Formats: sequence, structure tokens, C-alpha cells
Amino acid sequence: MERDSHQEGEAQGVNICDPPNESNPSADTLATSLSLLGNHMFPDPVEKNDCSTGKDDPAQSLLSGVKAEEQHLDAEPRPNQVANMETEETACSNSSECQNNTSTQPANGGTEDAAINNDQSDSGEFVVTMLAKAKLEEQGLGVKGRSSPLLEAGTQESPAFMSHREEDVTADSWRQHRKHVFVLSEAGKPIYSRYGSEEALSSTMGVMMALVSFVQSGDNIIRSVYSEQHTVVFLQKGPLVLVCVSSSRQSEQQLRGELLYVYYQIISMLTQASISRIFEHKKNYDLRRLLAGSEKILDGLLNLVDSDPSFLLVAVHCLPLASSLRDSISQILQKAITPNLVFSILIAKNQLLTIVQEKTVIEDTRLEPSDVHLLLNLIGASSAFQAGEIWTPICLPLFNPDCYFYAYISYLDPPECTVCLLLLSTDKEAFYAVAECKRKIEEAMVAQNSLSLIAKAQSYSVSQVGVSDLRHFMYKPFDVPDNYRQLSQFTSPEMEAPYSSEEEKMRLLDLYRYMHSRIHSTSRPLKLIYHVAERETLLAWVTSKFELYTCFSPLVTKACAITAITKLLRWIKKEEDRLFIRYPPKYSTTPNPSKSSRSGKSDQQDSTDNGFLSLL
Amino acid sequence: MGENVQTIPGGAQPHKDRTLNRQVRTLRVKMVLLGSSGVGKSSLAVRFAKNEFRDTSPTVGCAFLTQVVHVSDASLRFEIWDTAGQEKYHSVTPLYYRGAHAALLVYDISKRETFIRAQLWLKELEKHYIPGSTVIFLIGNKGDLAWDRQVSVQEGQNLAHEKGLSFIETSALSGDQVNELLLDVGKIQNILKVPLDGSRHQTEYLTVNRINAHFSLMYWISGVKK
Ligand SMILES: Nc1nc2c(ncn2[C@@H]2O[C@H](COP(=O)(O)OP(=O)(O)O)[C@@H](O)[C@H]2O)c(=O)[nH]1
Ligand SMILES: [Mg+2]
Repeated sequence: MERDSHQEGEAQGVNICDPPNESNPSADTLATSLSLLGNHMFPDPVEKNDCSTGKDDPAQSLLSGVKAEEQHLDAEPRPNQVANMETEETACSNSSECQNNTSTQPANGGTEDAAINNDQSDSGEFVVTMLAKAKLEEQGLGVKGRSSPLLEAGTQESPAFMSHREEDVTADSWRQHRKHVFVLSEAGKPIYSRYGSEEALSSTMGVMMALVSFVQSGDNIIRSVYSEQHTVVFLQKGPLVLVCVSSSRQSEQQLRGELLYVYYQIISMLTQASISRIFEHKKNYDLRRLLAGSEKILDGLLNLVDSDPSFLLVAVHCLPLASSLRDSISQILQKAITPNLVFSILIAKNQLLTIVQEKTVIEDTRLEPSDVHLLLNLIGASSAFQAGEIWTPICLPLFNPDCYFYAYISYLDPPECTVCLLLLSTDKEAFYAVAECKRKIEEAMVAQNSLSLIAKAQSYSVSQVGVSDLRHFMYKPFDVPDNYRQLSQFTSPEMEAPYSSEEEKMRLLDLYRYMHSRIHSTSRPLKLIYHVAERETLLAWVTSKFELYTCFSPLVTKACAITAITKLLRWIKKEEDRLFIRYPPKYSTTPNPSKSSRSGKSDQQDSTDNGFLSLL
Repeated sequence: MGENVQTIPGGAQPHKDRTLNRQVRTLRVKMVLLGSSGVGKSSLAVRFAKNEFRDTSPTVGCAFLTQVVHVSDASLRFEIWDTAGQEKYHSVTPLYYRGAHAALLVYDISKRETFIRAQLWLKELEKHYIPGSTVIFLIGNKGDLAWDRQVSVQEGQNLAHEKGLSFIETSALSGDQVNELLLDVGKIQNILKVPLDGSRHQTEYLTVNRINAHFSLMYWISGVKK
């Protein structure tokens, strides 16, 4: 299991880069690849990643005016202590981070070439494409070995409704997207692109793969490439290579976390075991065949990742609700059970309302927030769910990346469709039994008038906290009861003026992302940051009991902010039963429940039994 | 992987009508849609269940829709299974096919490859269905796109003839000829001759005096209610 890899694990056990190596005969070729990738992705020349490029560093402008206070003592989270803390100016914390990002060093010698080559991109592209092809043939993968025309035809069924798939990938507007995400196979076959069609981008992806395999040939792994305005982050997971090209100024670690979500979403549809097997069987398999129709799910995920801080915080946002009402709804779910049912989840207004889990299946683990995010995205991305009852295999990659659950999804309040019931079973045949549970739940909810009570529930306004300068906050507690098995949650008020427009929302989220990257920096983590920005003042604070991000009006004083946080923490404490699911209820479906979804045996059975492997 | 005997399709639905009133019986008709993605299966399902056409998102897994039609002395409970038609969902297909009375194998007349793939779907279907209990219809959908046609009517008919299927061209968009879908009365009878309500002792048969039920059914499907 790689449950812990999400935040930090990726950063470990991975070689960062080649040491500068003059004797490397292919360094020039790599430089050319880099420059071409640069030419295609962003017009500004790819610059070597040098710690001294202070003024050009994308993070630098954000850093200006930043003061950081570091808390050395793991103090009790009592805000009045803040004032006593040692203060330290961190003019640039990048020097340390830079050391992690030196992946472009081998290209150092070639960066000037890169700039020169700008005008020769056509011929150069040819060279690189050849390089990519040569690489493939070298590995015996071939480039012309197409599968049967019948099967191949499946890939052409790209649905017509995805307009940005038809984007002109040579246009400036295409380059200017804030964040590109590409998924390709090790053989360099395009699998997914957030903008533009994969076909149109196949040479770009070829170049990316050439880069990846070039670095690999030196027993190293390419992790990132930095230019003036862009960060390119690579993530290799099994036979898949994920690449993010971002101008969002997020940290490499955050971008890699987002790529991991993309990977997990793919796993949630196909399972890790199937993907490995497919590529073992046929290295140049076109995975788009299996993902056809699911691009929208990945698009939706990337939009959510950009706009919903749940992904950043790796925590679930639940709908604030009187605990008595939440409990009574949980009890309804608790009673409507059938063998092999393992999770009953109720979602309202795209937020978690309650989650009830089977006792035994889940004994040794807990449901990871990331898995919940994937489920929520699946529901959100397909309005088809509104057409009837859905029964679909789904893998929860952090729970077990190799096996399927079977998800029953139905809305309880047609035609509005804001309250969604999600029942997860380990039995693929259980549709009718599980659908019967839904009918029981529906009946009980009608009897208790739950739907109209849920309809009244809504997110809260920060004004309810009663602190005048406080504009917004995100609070993730660690001191929850039964912590070990608790689903990580966070609470946050509605984003209100001045953060009502999409741009302003995004700007605030970017500030939070910046604060988050400082707090979670692998090289120099901070416990407390007081950040005076142009239009607001932010304070981020992490203790053993919580992680807190707050946003104040720009004129707030440090003393005011500290008093405000004291009040805020008190308010949250008072409201915690309403803001969080404090004691997730459980049920037991059978005296001897199937633990199949965690044990190895039936997993394998499930994956081999999946049918589509026989169609390869 | 123990087969769960309790989950016989339809077993979960109580048929209260039967005990309350002998006159009103509920006949369950399980109808499944198959074919490549984008051919219009979900649109046909929505046309059946809601008699409307709206833009659909790609289907995830299987979608289950029901529609009850009351005809003279019986209620027909249509259970319409719509699938994403993708290999990644194959693990749920046995559930999907089992006990189906009618399978609608759909292709898009304006996309030849969907017609070619329909033949693969047919092979897949043949693995699951019990001969004689499932009536297979070959359906050329998007008939409104005839100007962009890549598969001729003749080709559709030939394939249907060769494989012993019923054949019809429809349009979920306009609703055109959707009523023709079930015009083959012989096949309809066949559907309704199958035990319909999941009960072993009380088997429902279509009798001649219920033939008008088909017409109601057809009208309903075509959107021309009464
Ligand atoms: N012109 C036309 N378009 C249709 C028809 N039926 C479906 N479509 C369109 O074809 C696309 C795919 O339809 P959908 O029902 O999702 O196909 P499915 O993947 O087989 O379920 C959608 O954009 C529909 O609007 C039809 O009869 N005529
Ligand atoms: Mg569909």
C-alpha cells in the first residue's frame, strides 16, 4: 500500500538527477529535446535551474514582502503564545528547494544551444521525434505494431462534445493554459491531455518520453524542469508517465501530488493490476481504448484540483449539519444493509453528509480522503447519474489499488439531484439487493422528512465567527476522537466578497497554496507563517492538533490576528459537532463478512475476471 | 467467488399487485442496450423512459432505468439497462445480460466502425444469452443523419438476416421510427412468453387479446401517447 506516499513518499527513494557529466555523449541531444519541449510548451527559453536566479524565480515575486516566523517549540496550540515566538526573516527559502530541483543540470551545458535552436525547431523536432522512435525500437516496442483494426477502431470513437479536445495545439491560447497535464505510456503513446487532442500532441509527448527515458538510461529519474514561467513536473507510476506543465507557481511537491490524483483516478477506473498486466502483455497498448468516455472524469478532476482546497489539504469537507440530524440520517443508513455492503455514503451539495462503514472490512484501515475525493469527482463528472440508478465497478486506489468495489449511485431528490446516495459493495452481483437498501433509505427519509431538512443545510458565512477582520479560513483538526480511524476532514466557510469572483477565489487559493508549500516544505518546513500580502494578510499555523490557514483584511495587526485566531479556535470548538463528522458510525452486515476487497485472493480473481483483458 | 443465489434479477421486486388484484399483473420486461460508445444508447434509454431527448454525458458503468406502462389488465414494468459499452466495465456485464428479454444492439449509421463493432458485441452477447429467451434487435440509430450515412440499410438488413435478428433504423433525436422498434409482433410475443414476473409457478403468456398492449407499447415508445 502506498497510502503515505501521497504527501511526502514520492519525494523519497527517487533519484533526483544525474550529476553534471561532461562525458555524457548525449547531453546535447537531451538539451535539444528540452529546448524543443520548451519551444512547444512555452516560448520563453528553458533556463537552467539555478539557485541564483532569484529575481526571475516564479516563486520570488510571491515571496517579496513575506515574513516568516518559525515556531521552534511544539507549543500548545494556544494563540496567546504566538506573540512570544522567535521571529526570523526568510528572504528566500528557495535556496534549499532548488537543490531538490536540479534535474535539468545535465542540460546545463546545452541551455545556450537550446536558445540558439529556437529557430530550428522544425528540423530539431524531427531529430527528437527520431530520437523518440529510435528509443522505442531499441526497446523492441516498435511503432507500427497496431492491433487488429477492429479493436483499434474503438479509439476513434472520441465523443464529439469535448470542445477543448479540438483546441489548436499550436495556438498561443493553448500555451497559455495555466496548467497542462499529460499522461503517456512508457512507450510514448499518448493517453490523456487536458487541453487539445492526444493525437495532435503525440510528438510533444514523444519528446517528453524521450526526456524521461534518456534520464532513465543513466539510472536516474527526471523529476522536474524549471523555466522562467513554467514548472514541468514528471511522475512515473508503473507503466504510466504523468507530466504537468504549470505556470501556477505551485510547488513541485504540490504539482506532483496533483499528478498523483490523476494517476489514482485512472487506477480507480482500471485498477493498478490491470494496467500493469495490459502493458506487460503489450508494451505499446493504446490505453485510450479503455479510458474512452472517461476523459471527462479526468477533466473534472483537474478542475476540482484547481478550485477545491480539499485536494491540497488531503481532507474531506463535510456539510455543516446539526449533529442530531446527521446522527438520525446515519442511523437510517446503518439500518439499510445487505451482505457485502461496505460503505454507505450520503452526499449533499457535493459535500459529505455522512459515511457509514462496515465494521470488519474496515477494521485495520480507514477510508482515505483521496479515495473520497475520487468518488465525489466521479459523481460530479457524470450527469448521467441523474438518468437512473448506476451500478459501476470502481477501485479505491488508496484502499486497495488492485481490486474493484461495485458502486451503486442514485439521487434521492430528482429532479433537483443534490442529494446523492453512494453504496459500495464488494459483490458485483449485488445490484438488486443494494437497490433495495436504497428504497429502504428513501422510505425512512421520507418518514423523517430528512430531505427537506437537508435542503436547509448550507455552508456557513465567516461572519458567524464574529471576528471583524477575518475574511476566510481553512481548519483541519488532528485531535479528532478515534483519530486512527477517522477520516481526515477540514472546515471552511463560504468564500465571500472580496473573493466572490472566480479570479479572486483562485487568487486566494493560490495564496493558500503558497502558504501550504511553505508549511510543508521538505527542506525547511515552517510551523507558523505570517504573510503580509498586497491585498490581504495571511496566517498559517500548524500544531500537533490542527493545521490552520487564515486570511485577514490587509490592515490587521499581528496582535489583532492572534486575538482573532483565539476567538476562531474557540468558535470551532463550540461548533465542532456541527462542522465535522465526529463519530463515524459503523455497521456489521454479516457475522462473517467477506474481506475480499482487502485480501489478495479474490482481488486477483476480480481483475482477471474483469473481461476486458481477454479482448486485448 | 460464490454465486449469490438470492440475487436473481427481479427477485427483489415484490409483486404486490398479484396478491391484491388478480386482474392487474405486473410483467417485468428486461431490456438491455449494447453497442459502441456514442451510438445513442443512453439517448434511446431516455427516449424510452422519459420520452425526451437531451444531451447525455458518457455513461459510467451501467445505468438502470425503469418505466411502468399500464395496459388493459397488466402493468409492464420495463427495466432498461444502459451500459457504457466499454471494456473496463466488463465485470458487471453478466448481471447486465442475465435474464434479458430483449437486447437492443445499437450502431450509428453515420459511423461504419460502430457497425463493425456491433458484430463483436454480438459475439459477446452470444456468450451470455440463453437462446430463445432473449430477442436481439439490431438497431441502426441516428437515422436523422442519413445524409452522412456510412452504413446502408441493406447492410444492416443483411447482417440481421444472417444472424437471425430483427432489424430497424431509428432516431433517438427525432423519435422517428422508434415505434417501429418493436413492430415485429412475433418477436414481441416471444418476449412476453418468457416468465416475466420472476415467479416460477405463475408464468405470464402473451395472449391474442393482449396484442393491443403492444400497440400501446409502441405508441408509448414513439411518444404518440394514445
Ligand atoms: N443526430 C442524432 N444524434 C444522436 C442520436 N442519438 C444520440 N445522439 C447523440 O449522440 C451522442 C452520443 O449519445 P449517447 O446516448 O450518449 O450514446 P451512448 O454512448 O451510446 O450512450 C450524443 O451527443 C447524442 O446527443 C440520434 O438519434 N440522432
Ligand atoms: Mg451512454
